[in-house]
Amino acid sequence: MYKLGIDVGGTNTDAVILDSNLKVISNIKTHTTKDIESGINNAIHQVIEQSQIDVQNITEAMLGTTQATNAIVERQKLGKVGVIRIGYPATASILPYTEWPSDITKILSNTFSLVHGGYEFNGDEITPFQEDEVKDILQSWQGKVDGIAVIGVFSSINNDQEQKVKQLAEKILGPDIPVSCSSTIGSIGLIGRENATILNTALFKVIKLVTDGFLNALKQEGITNAKQYLCQNDGTLMSMEYAKSHPILTIGSGPTNSIRGAAYLSKQENALVLDIGGTTSDIGVLVNGFPRESSKSVTVGGIQTNFRMPDILSVGLGGGSIVRENSDGTITVGPDSVGYEITEKAKVFGGDVLTTTDIAVKLGMCQIGDPSLLSSISDDVAQHAMTIITQILEDAIDRMKTSSKDVPVILVGGGAIISPNHLKGVAQIYTDKFGGVANAIGATIAQIGGEYEKVYQYVDTPRTDAIKDAELQANQQAVNAGAVEDTIETVSIEEIPLSYAPGDTTRVKVKVVGSNH
Amino acid sequence: MSRKLYAEDINQIATGAALLGAGGGGNPYIGKLMALSMIKKNGPVTLLSPEEAPDEELFVSASGIGAPAVSMEKFPNGSEFRRSFEMMESYYGKKIYGTFPIEAGGINSMMPIVAASDMNMPIVDADGMGRAFPELQMSTFVLAGHSVTPMVLTDERGNTSLINTIDPVWAEKIGRNVTVQMGATATSASDGLTGKELREAGVLGIMTKSQKIGTLIQHANEFDSVDQALLELLKITNGFRLFTGKITDIEHTTKGGFNFGETIIHGLNEDSESTGQISFQNENIIFKVNDKVLATAPDLITMVDVDTLQPVTNEEIKYGKRVHVLGLPANDKWRTPAGIKSVGPRYFKYDVDYVPIETRYKNFVEEKGE
Repeated sequence: MYKLGIDVGGTNTDAVILDSNLKVISNIKTHTTKDIESGINNAIHQVIEQSQIDVQNITEAMLGTTQATNAIVERQKLGKVGVIRIGYPATASILPYTEWPSDITKILSNTFSLVHGGYEFNGDEITPFQEDEVKDILQSWQGKVDGIAVIGVFSSINNDQEQKVKQLAEKILGPDIPVSCSSTIGSIGLIGRENATILNTALFKVIKLVTDGFLNALKQEGITNAKQYLCQNDGTLMSMEYAKSHPILTIGSGPTNSIRGAAYLSKQENALVLDIGGTTSDIGVLVNGFPRESSKSVTVGGIQTNFRMPDILSVGLGGGSIVRENSDGTITVGPDSVGYEITEKAKVFGGDVLTTTDIAVKLGMCQIGDPSLLSSISDDVAQHAMTIITQILEDAIDRMKTSSKDVPVILVGGGAIISPNHLKGVAQIYTDKFGGVANAIGATIAQIGGEYEKVYQYVDTPRTDAIKDAELQANQQAVNAGAVEDTIETVSIEEIPLSYAPGDTTRVKVKVVGSNH
Repeated sequence: MSRKLYAEDINQIATGAALLGAGGGGNPYIGKLMALSMIKKNGPVTLLSPEEAPDEELFVSASGIGAPAVSMEKFPNGSEFRRSFEMMESYYGKKIYGTFPIEAGGINSMMPIVAASDMNMPIVDADGMGRAFPELQMSTFVLAGHSVTPMVLTDERGNTSLINTIDPVWAEKIGRNVTVQMGATATSASDGLTGKELREAGVLGIMTKSQKIGTLIQHANEFDSVDQALLELLKITNGFRLFTGKITDIEHTTKGGFNFGETIIHGLNEDSESTGQISFQNENIIFKVNDKVLATAPDLITMVDVDTLQPVTNEEIKYGKRVHVLGLPANDKWRTPAGIKSVGPRYFKYDVDYVPIETRYKNFVEEKGE
């Protein structure tokens, strides 16, 4: 029984195979290719070859990929979307696609309609929902759109109207036109959720290519017994079936996987994770085994969304960062980098660019390449550069800490060799020989998650009942995504009171995780 | 001199107004999108300087009332003010000449732009608070003896309610209840004043002040350092940097429809041995360092992000955020016995006397020096 995990990053595509005790039995780092798919194929092929296991014993295969993000950023392969917002006459003051970059609005066809209905914060209808109105619109969109996005005002309180529109769309436009309902995509905040739902609908073609490509790659290697999953940005998995209708949830899974992988390797549940790559260092916060979520709204390809993303601080320091001696004697480090060309350009590999990796080798912090090629660098310069590297890391760590106490730090990533053993504000540094492929390990150990958010009035629904209800709904989400019911546990409950609203109105958000077996 | 407000001006005003919201006033995002959508459709709006408001003409304030968190999900149709202003006109038997903001805040600095753009009327550069406050009677207009009503509340469906009350506190009570029935948010036309009254009782130049602050914040990264930009921000607001730290805890409770709470901030840098604590009731009311009071309402207590100087409102605070706590002096109209009675710390049920921020700050610095 083995698990295969792949993580596609900007520079590297990593793959690992874990045994049933979640021990790493083989791992590989390959370059990410322009088409992404051939890179995934390479990585799978190599990691299997190295492991020499019988592929029939691989029972699970997980993929964390950037293809959806790339499609949005590059405006490629996106579908035409028909947007139905339920809530008229409310919300007409801000129409769909307001503040979107015009090039992507055009590609998505700028087709939208505001229809009557929607809910108040207490579940009352804003105006009566009118079925005929929706039918007419859907009929007029026949042949014009590739998918439908449905967004109802306060659909997190009641999604009946969104479901009704979905049924009508499937009846009128046929099963080949996919429908995304906003209540399954994002949380409260209409515009952000609408934007995420529109993007989700536009990504249906892309996600089909991803899932088909992954399936083919597995088949080619003879892996036919494995259940397949895609990674979400909250550190959990979704089944291929679920992923097909929720492609937007794959965005940002990379940093999450690296944090989760780091947690697994270090056996820590609460720590900072410092992932030093070739060009940047990403710092995330591990809270009870999961990444802390960002409180800022997330922009993808110039479009503001409100879905969950890990809180990551990126600084321009990596193993390939360029070190410069200026004429006035000062030294600078980065933010530019030789990136994946490090094995040709860094001095220690016979190149002519002084990088942070050269500094680490010069100071005897690690043994790679040919140290004799570094004789022209003075100890003074090396020490000075290391002081700057240390400062950048210490400052970044301090920004992400939530208390003044020293914190444990888990150090991972291909560029981890440039970090000193001691950092100010850090209680202990954890490292692991598999730290370089922490992201692929994170993909492999990911669990199945569920999340539910709703506004309750504690006057009508006592607090304990409200939380129980939200937990039940979150469990159902997890089961839908492929979790086994009795393995599910609650990882977080968040309560936010709504000011000015009567009856102790409180937004409750519950997150659960479970295992797929 | 009158001037036109374009998209860029609106972005700047929204940012600066969020700072003057003193932690409340709503998230500027929705208000800004509404204003930008309107002027995209109708072209720029005209901002009159206060002296350009004709003495005898009628001006009515356009605002949003209710739960800011609800307006993130259900926001207006855009035509509400047309209806409520019509009703006001038929009540007064007089044409409305222009509109003005009731307060400076993320949402209510934008609502007059929505109204003005839709009805093609000017906005006067004056408001009734110079900051944000939670209740209708907390305005310099009320301090000057004007009534809040007649007030017309409207919802997106077309429901309108004309409210006339015996005093401004009743306007707050009845208005709040009507708002709840309308879905916890409504739009409001209120505080009808002549140009002369508005000029005499209002806080003048608020939109321009908001814009000046917003422009500086948007260009904070063009200074030699963020600290330089912060110094400039303090200079143009006559403000003080009271504390710098990291938010480590937030406690919310709802009482009587308000968002009450405490924000705990652990000091950083020169404040690293200290703990700051903000008590808020929608807006920030009291700021203490190591249990010593350093600022109270009506002076403004406001947080900005240490890296960007972007204002931080109480709805979006999360632990881990690094902030400067700033103290800005309130408009002089609030620093009178009547003003302090209306919006001082005792009104918000804190057993603390109002002492102007500049005095508290000076004492604090002297004590620290000893």
